[in-house]
Amino acid sequence: MSTPLTPVITEHWDAPDLFTLEGYQRTGGYRALAKALAMDPDSIIATVKESGLRGRGGAGFPTGLKWSFVPQGDGKPHYLVVNADESEPGACKDVPIMIANPHALIEGVLITSFAIRANHAFIYIRGEVPEAIRRVANAVREAEAAGLVGTNILGSGWDLRITVHSGAGAYICGEETALLDSLEGYRGQPRLKPPFPAVAGLYASPTVVNNVETITNIPWIVNNGADWFRQFGTEKSPGFKVFAVSGHVRRPGIYEAPLGITMHELLDYAGGMRDGAEVKFWIPGGSSVPMLTAEHLDVPLTYEAMAEAGTMLGTGTPMVFDQTVSVVKAVTRWLEFYKHESCGKCTPCREGTYWITGVLQRFEEGKGTDPDLDLLNELCSQIMGRSFCALGDAAATPFPAAVKLFRDEFLTATTTPVDESFDPARSYVFDADSREEVGVR
Amino acid sequence: MTADVISAETAAEMDRIIARYPNSRSAVMALLHLMQSQQGEITIGAIGAIAERLNLTTAEVSAVSTFYTMYKRRRVGEHHIGVCTNTLCAVLGGDAVYQAVSDRLGIGHNETSADGRFHLERIECQAACTHAPVMTVDWEFMDDQTPSSAVDVIDKLAAGEPVASTRGPMIRDFAATERTLAFPDDGLAAEGTPVDALMLAGLTVARVRGMAAPPAPTESTQQPQESHQADESEEPSA
Ligand SMILES: Cc1cc2nc3c(=O)[nH]c(=O)nc-3n(C[C@H](O)[C@H](O)[C@H](O)COP(=O)(O)O)c2cc1C
Ligand code: SF4
Ligand code: FES
Repeated sequence: MSTPLTPVITEHWDAPDLFTLEGYQRTGGYRALAKALAMDPDSIIATVKESGLRGRGGAGFPTGLKWSFVPQGDGKPHYLVVNADESEPGACKDVPIMIANPHALIEGVLITSFAIRANHAFIYIRGEVPEAIRRVANAVREAEAAGLVGTNILGSGWDLRITVHSGAGAYICGEETALLDSLEGYRGQPRLKPPFPAVAGLYASPTVVNNVETITNIPWIVNNGADWFRQFGTEKSPGFKVFAVSGHVRRPGIYEAPLGITMHELLDYAGGMRDGAEVKFWIPGGSSVPMLTAEHLDVPLTYEAMAEAGTMLGTGTPMVFDQTVSVVKAVTRWLEFYKHESCGKCTPCREGTYWITGVLQRFEEGKGTDPDLDLLNELCSQIMGRSFCALGDAAATPFPAAVKLFRDEFLTATTTPVDESFDPARSYVFDADSREEVGVR
Repeated sequence: MTADVISAETAAEMDRIIARYPNSRSAVMALLHLMQSQQGEITIGAIGAIAERLNLTTAEVSAVSTFYTMYKRRRVGEHHIGVCTNTLCAVLGGDAVYQAVSDRLGIGHNETSADGRFHLERIECQAACTHAPVMTVDWEFMDDQTPSSAVDVIDKLAAGEPVASTRGPMIRDFAATERTLAFPDDGLAAEGTPVDALMLAGLTVARVRGMAAPPAPTESTQQPQESHQADESEEPSA
């Protein structure tokens, strides 16, 4: 039996007013808040722990466990910071959540803040997406006007302020400690860990940093319980996931399904590849995780199965490329991104991304050499595990994965420019026939 | 210095922003967006004014402004045009879209047209890969572009005709968006399409194939799922 689609977070996205308080409340919105405020905060943390929810920002850290690291009764203010910096190449699921269902995020923020005993929450949204920023800010204002955010919420005696913060263009600010520095008004550069944010985060106070999708799951977990949540997915990867499928598929878009669904099944829901196309390579969750090929289409999209296949689930936003795409060009472009986004704090990443990009650009022009491949592997291995933060590791990921699978293509690029081997026009999706009208099937 | 660039009204707006944070320094990014909305770039005067208001040195404010790519040190002009040329968009056609826009405007990456109306930038992944190739006008989404649709947008903007974002309000200008980033509740949340077809792709397939998530447990005193199902039949399908 194939895995069904399971719209939960996305269930009511076609209600035209879902982004308003009224629209959200009509679908049962803010009932979980009322339920949570009647609970002991520790039992909310316990429920989230039992649910097995893992962070949707990429690393998959157990959410309830993270919350339980916040020291209680320490007399310090506690903070929740929602990571809405979504900038990983390929990741495009948090922005749609904020546009379509911002109140579900706000309800999650309220419940989480109550559980960790925070009275001030921040939503750090990348600056380049004003549409998401205004929808979230509008939701906060509506919730304030309805007494759902502010003082003595629903008569509980508990207060919460929510501040919507606009970023200003820096991928590294998605890294949680860089995000905190940025939010404090500094250049967004990572901090040394430990101490972890749960102990010393924003303004040196205990802080939980969670991804948008992670927090948006919370109202459903509180409403329906951990057992209900665990009906989805696997033992180690429970629950559902907002997958965003992009690339050479007929119907790119948002598909919500249990963890454990395969790329094969997602591809079927997405209408398959465009006409005449086959999967050449695909990436399960952002450019920072190793690429796979058609051979891996039946591997379950779980944290554990992806790790076994030598990659990571990451953000769970598969990019699918067909046979018209040059892997050399794809990797070069990603490295140009990492070079641009390296914050410059540590030498391996700052210098390494510069040199790798330069060498890759030679291949793009058809001027690479055989020994350059060893040089690239060497450069990557000098970054991997030697950088201050995970951006360096991410930058050292695309090339080794690609050359292992497509060495011949790099060798061809020692004599022939990639635009000659792969006519760029053949990869374009302008041809209307290559896309199917949504919903026709 | 402050008096040169800061009106009493702006000073009051700065204080409203500062009041959002437990620590005033946290306001620096929003204040930079505010200054940029007024001046079209980050000027030395703006840096001085922010430093004075936050009790920081100009070096501290300047260090922040130069770290983030959205703060510009040259005047952007009326409209900021971004074309995503990160891998996914690039290979699906973003490179051609960028070239077409660049040719039409006669400017390249990080350049402003001579008449000051357009600024062009190759941008990184815009969190919209499902909608590739992606362009932005004043950071509002212009999804699923082709070279000709993109040039058409430029021509309409040049002629002063109204242009709608594909997921968002009518295009205003760069200054107005920068103001939204400083004061996010801009009253425009209800403009434009609530969600678009690609965001509904999976929901639509699920409806057609009769798929749904397992219902909520029924012994619960609260039964949100009941209302979920009741709503479903009333909702128009996509
Ligand atoms: C370079 C870099 C960029 C990141 N970008 C994001 C991001 O945009 N959004 C996000 O939620 N997590 C991002 N992360 C992961 C965060 O550091 C952190 O693990 C996450 O926000 C934790 O939330 P979660 O446990 O809910 O997943 C990034 C990490 C790195 C190293
Ligand atoms: S690895 Fe890169 S992004 Fe991370 S601290 Fe070092 S230079 Fe900065
Ligand atoms: S690659 Fe262009 S929006 Fe993601």
